[in-house]
Amino acid sequence: MESIGTFLPLIAMMPFVGALFPGLMIQAGRNVCAMTAAVPTILAIIMLTICAPAVLDGEVLQFSLPWLPSLGLNVNFFLDGLGLLFAGLILGIGILIILYARFYLSRQDPMGQFYTYLLLFQGAMVGIVLSDNILLLLIFWELTSLSSFLLIGYWKHLPEGRQGARMALTVTGMGGLAMIAGMLILGNIVGSYDLTVILENKDAIQASPLYLPALLLILVGCFAKSAQFPFHFWLPHAMAAPTPVSAYLHSATMVKAGLFLMARMWPVLAGTPEWFYIVATTGLITMVLGAVIALFKDDLKALLAFSTVSHLGLITMLLGFGTPLAAVAAVFHIINHATFKAALFMTAGIVDHEAHTRDIKRLGGLRHLMPITFLIAMLAALSMAGIPLLNGFLSKEMMLEEAAHTVWAGSPWLVPALATLGALFSVAYSFRYIVHVFLGDVRQDYPSKPHDPDFGMWAAPGFLVLLVVLIGVLPAVAEPLVRTTAGAVVGGELPYFSLKIWHGLTPALFMSAIAVAGGALVLSIHSVLAPRWDAAPRPEAKQIFDAIARTATVFSRWLTDMLHNGSLSRFAAIFAVAVIAAGLFAWTGGEAGPPVREPLEIAAVPAIAWALLVLCSLGMLVFHRNRLLVLILMGVVGLIVSLAFIYFSAPDLALTQISVEVVTIILLLLALNFLPKVSPKESSPGRRLRDGVVAGAGGLAVAGLTYAILLGDFAQESISAFHLENSYSGGGGTNVVNVILVDFRGYDTFGEIIVLGIAALVIYALSQSVLGGAGGRWLASGELDSKKAGDRHPLMMVIASRVMMPIALMAGVYIFLRGHNEPGGGFIAGLVVAIALVMQYMASGFAWAVARQRVPYHTTIALGVMAACFTGVGAWFAGRPFLTSDFGYVTIPPLEKFELATAMAFDIGVFLCVIGAVMLALDSLSSMARRAGETVNQLPMDIDPARRSVANATDKMAVAAGKEA
Amino acid sequence: MNHWIIAPVVLPALMAAVIVLAMRHHQGLQRIFSLGACFALVAIAIGLFVESASGRIGVYELGNWPAPFGIVLVLDRLSALMVLITSVLALVVVLYAIGSDWDARGHHFHALFQFQLMGICGAFLTGDAFNLFVFFEVLLIASYGLMIHGGGGRRFRAGLQYVLYNLLGSTLFLFALGTLYAVTGTLNMADLAVRVAELPANDTALLRVGAMLLLLVFAIKAALLPLHFWLPETYAEAPAPVAALFAIMTKVGAYAILRMYTLVFGPDAAVTGELTGPWFLAAALVTLGVGMIGVLGASKLGRLAAFSAIGSMGTLLIAISVFTPETTQAALYYMIHSTIAGAMMFLVVDLVRERRGAVGDALVPAPAMAQHGLLAALFFGAAIASAGMPPLSGFIGKLLILDAVRGSEHVWLIWSVILATTLVAVLGFAQAGSKVFWKTTNPEEPSAAAGEDDPAPTPAVTMPRLPLVATGALLAASVLLSVFAGPVNGFLSATADQLYNSEIYVSGVLGAR
Repeated sequence: MESIGTFLPLIAMMPFVGALFPGLMIQAGRNVCAMTAAVPTILAIIMLTICAPAVLDGEVLQFSLPWLPSLGLNVNFFLDGLGLLFAGLILGIGILIILYARFYLSRQDPMGQFYTYLLLFQGAMVGIVLSDNILLLLIFWELTSLSSFLLIGYWKHLPEGRQGARMALTVTGMGGLAMIAGMLILGNIVGSYDLTVILENKDAIQASPLYLPALLLILVGCFAKSAQFPFHFWLPHAMAAPTPVSAYLHSATMVKAGLFLMARMWPVLAGTPEWFYIVATTGLITMVLGAVIALFKDDLKALLAFSTVSHLGLITMLLGFGTPLAAVAAVFHIINHATFKAALFMTAGIVDHEAHTRDIKRLGGLRHLMPITFLIAMLAALSMAGIPLLNGFLSKEMMLEEAAHTVWAGSPWLVPALATLGALFSVAYSFRYIVHVFLGDVRQDYPSKPHDPDFGMWAAPGFLVLLVVLIGVLPAVAEPLVRTTAGAVVGGELPYFSLKIWHGLTPALFMSAIAVAGGALVLSIHSVLAPRWDAAPRPEAKQIFDAIARTATVFSRWLTDMLHNGSLSRFAAIFAVAVIAAGLFAWTGGEAGPPVREPLEIAAVPAIAWALLVLCSLGMLVFHRNRLLVLILMGVVGLIVSLAFIYFSAPDLALTQISVEVVTIILLLLALNFLPKVSPKESSPGRRLRDGVVAGAGGLAVAGLTYAILLGDFAQESISAFHLENSYSGGGGTNVVNVILVDFRGYDTFGEIIVLGIAALVIYALSQSVLGGAGGRWLASGELDSKKAGDRHPLMMVIASRVMMPIALMAGVYIFLRGHNEPGGGFIAGLVVAIALVMQYMASGFAWAVARQRVPYHTTIALGVMAACFTGVGAWFAGRPFLTSDFGYVTIPPLEKFELATAMAFDIGVFLCVIGAVMLALDSLSSMARRAGETVNQLPMDIDPARRSVANATDKMAVAAGKEA
Repeated sequence: MNHWIIAPVVLPALMAAVIVLAMRHHQGLQRIFSLGACFALVAIAIGLFVESASGRIGVYELGNWPAPFGIVLVLDRLSALMVLITSVLALVVVLYAIGSDWDARGHHFHALFQFQLMGICGAFLTGDAFNLFVFFEVLLIASYGLMIHGGGGRRFRAGLQYVLYNLLGSTLFLFALGTLYAVTGTLNMADLAVRVAELPANDTALLRVGAMLLLLVFAIKAALLPLHFWLPETYAEAPAPVAALFAIMTKVGAYAILRMYTLVFGPDAAVTGELTGPWFLAAALVTLGVGMIGVLGASKLGRLAAFSAIGSMGTLLIAISVFTPETTQAALYYMIHSTIAGAMMFLVVDLVRERRGAVGDALVPAPAMAQHGLLAALFFGAAIASAGMPPLSGFIGKLLILDAVRGSEHVWLIWSVILATTLVAVLGFAQAGSKVFWKTTNPEEPSAAAGEDDPAPTPAVTMPRLPLVATGALLAASVLLSVFAGPVNGFLSATADQLYNSEIYVSGVLGAR
């Protein structure tokens, strides 16, 4: 039978594949759309029918495909009696709903979406009942929650629809998540996530200490899905969906998923006291509660919704009893409930559709106006009430029979009494559905004059009612299915039972009689009871849920906004505290080695420099609102750091540091031009104290870390020895620092010059963005309050910079060339040349200077990156890795023999990148200045010296002339 | 010598330089070359991925200097995987940026984008701790530029915070590296691993501080609480394609943690083994919680997406923090998923924002927008992926993590937090989605039954094809990741094994010793 097994994934996939089409085919019309939705369902039904005989013969069809074997998640399907029943219900009622919905939905409703969602849901449901892997089952389980969310919220313009959808998703989603945990535990106990394996391990599961948690978690999932107390409240609110959805999801299928799973797990989970007390009690409470509430609902669909809750409770209770006969009754009632309840929902939908109201108070007397609907509704409702010759009677009798034998905590009468009470109210609301809607006098004030709908609309409920009657009269028809299904639920031999109408004068018959009589009585005094019920205070689940959801949202918003209030100083404070704490934790967990080195003697000059450093830093703290002063102090700090490098014999670093300092300070000075001169006072004293403490602790921590490092030594030999040894022989240079930069770790330098280049590009892009936006308008408005220099481009400076220019360039070239063997190199050379250029710009203005040189700075940067890149790539042609250097000695007369290294080409890249980056940054700042009204001068200096003297002379003469006059 | 290993670094660097040099005034050319480079990068990444699948460690000694004295690039399964994810994401993002004209809203988008890719790929490929710092700098500085691309006051403000916070991180990185070098005298990761293992027991405090600081640096990138504060504003305000690309940036942090804390400071390392003890897990759990609470509490779609990114990093870091091969395998799967889902969410949010005019991404009802139904479907997909619901890859990722942490002593805590936060996220996404897509106001036409089949009430905004292709590609990727979860996990399992057998890496880099 392996070949038949391959139908299983097809049955499950068919609706999903089919879901793609209705949304498209709606363009061809509503009938075509409905038919497109029906085709996959029919195909699935056909395949199921092919499988059915084998299953009814007791076979279990299987299909297996590894999906994620390492997790134990596999595409395993199996079909036994239980799966067959549910798949049949889902697909069978599904096709009826598709038919019904075609006529129910109006032209304004997007029908394509509806069928797409419906088929998605159908596929998910079929997947649940066919899964032979609990992880796969979980996937389908969550899919039902998601697709039902879409279905319930289908009428998205209705607030109730949206709220109901969210509520259903939240509650069933919560259940689903609990179930994930439960299933994982279960799989953990058994060692497999395959359902067939799990079902064989009853003893292992029930003996496990994790049995109870697993049971609870799984039951939460089932109860939430099947609307069991206390999770029942979402179901009535889901009724905001179009009626076909209610009929499908909330009578026949989704809410039965929980029941299905309890039935599926019955062989391994049932039979323990925990199971009995949790499941049976919950079912009992739900049954009674639902029935009572249903009676007092005036909305037809609400009445049916609570009656569904009640009936689900009934089935849950039966499963909870844990006896095989109760399981048989449960299975039978699942079938019966699906038939009559789907029919009832559809009739409610017809009434709503025709009379334009579902309010029982506004209805009555419809039997004359809608005879066909009345007939269907009456039969279905009587079946729900448990009247003989209809299928509801049979299963209700079996339920009462089982209840009569059930002892709850030593009390033999509690369960039967409550079951009878539930049945009594069930009769009452069923009768009410008939009496208050269809009987009585014809009214004149219906919102719309009702009449029977087209055949298409009543065909589906009519067919279901036929089944209701057929099973009710000839219960033997359903017996094979019930037997197979119940056998699958129990997972073993079934005790003797027979589905028949007359069992003799059993206790159940008396209970049933009491229920019918009592129900009729209760209905007769309904008009008395209803106002009291309405007046009685009771918790409104929706309000509680809404309050919780709202509180959670408000709390979340508060917490999130409170934590992320956008205050950078607070973020930084948290950062500092976290880092210090983690650092201390790490330090204290280890052992600090003894100091290896002696501290150096403190000499006078370094001490002075140190004091200056400290003073400047403190000064920055004190005067930090005066930005110009802070910048000057920063310059001092930078210079002292450079001095420190010299003191510790690191001339390369010192050179770099000094030139970087110069460039940075110049750029910052220019940037300051566009900023307020004084930092505003924003922090309260308390905040400053907090920040001070945090900053102080951070400073101390860093100082401590540095001190510890300085007193220690490498625990193992450092790699620097290799660099010293190989600098000349391998890198062709005696300046190890430079060889490290361009050769040993040239790749780092490659990255760093790119960082520099990117920085310049970012500055450029940023300034362009600013100029294009509000910032540009502000600059142009002239509000930038800056005192202009009296003499922007002074003569002395212009002359001096001109003289310095060739010297500085020569120094740059010199520094560049000596780099490989003496302190220097492309980076420093680039900075030196950049400073030389910057001086020209400062002297005569940027625009003046830029007009006199041809290469755009973008290009310089790009060329620099490419030079470095191609130097690196060049090594490939020698079969060496990126950036492998080579060097040799050449003699070009009349020069002496000198060394050429490929590293030099790389260094040219560095050089170009640095120049380009600095100049592009300068360019960006200057473009902002021009926007602020800075004029572009045509001449190298503000005033032509020659003309100035003439002008002065003329002035003096004028003054003199004035005096004389 | 396999030069392809360095191609993911050299190619984008060169391409960026060429774009700046030759076509900075030609938007069309920039697009063509940038897109071409992204395609080439994908091809290269696939090649490297296939090569790494053999299990051999590919080593590339830059400048031909032997490890540990020079810098090495190392291609193992993990780095190849990360480069592959990056390249695919980059391709999708660049398609979106071109199609949505985001790249034309400022200067140098494509150059910065290529530099960004260079930085990310370099960080994944390097086998040298200091070089990692360099490439962190490359990717950060490029990201600064990308983040403020297009300008605007709010974006500048967020960008400033981003820059400053990450400068703190960079400084810390230097402290950490200085400390580690001061103790061990080396920077090569494999060499570090050897030396840390041989460290004398009486001199461990400094090394531990260095290791811890390093972890914090990576935690900043990975948005671990309480070091995540840079993320929400940055991601919410960044241009959409950039935010989508940033989905991989947080993963750089996660990658670096995995790399350093399996190779150098592995769970077996006597000195630093317990450094990542319970606090790391606790912080990850809180990260997840704060992220998903942020999703529920968000008042704008942009922030919702940002907090969902934090939440997903929390989930990822939970799995990482347990440090077993199984959890790492699950973490890697989730990492792929989270990159896809995060990017998708940002792109969808952008599509919505662009169509809602003045309302933007605020979670308030507005008139139905153009392509309303399509966007609703895309958002639904992105939300499902982000919340970790089936049938998209988030669900399998979560199942893998839940299953893998069963060995942990904190399994109940982890399960509770992950499942509870999933519910919070589901609620958050459902509320946001129903506000934006269901609760539409309809000023012109009061009849409420507006659906995707009705003519759009707002002036039609055409849907350019490329953004749709890009977003759809991410959705498809998530589906494929689910469908092919088996083979993917086969590779990831091998990846995790390779990570926890660090001697393979060490001997691959330093040679048999």
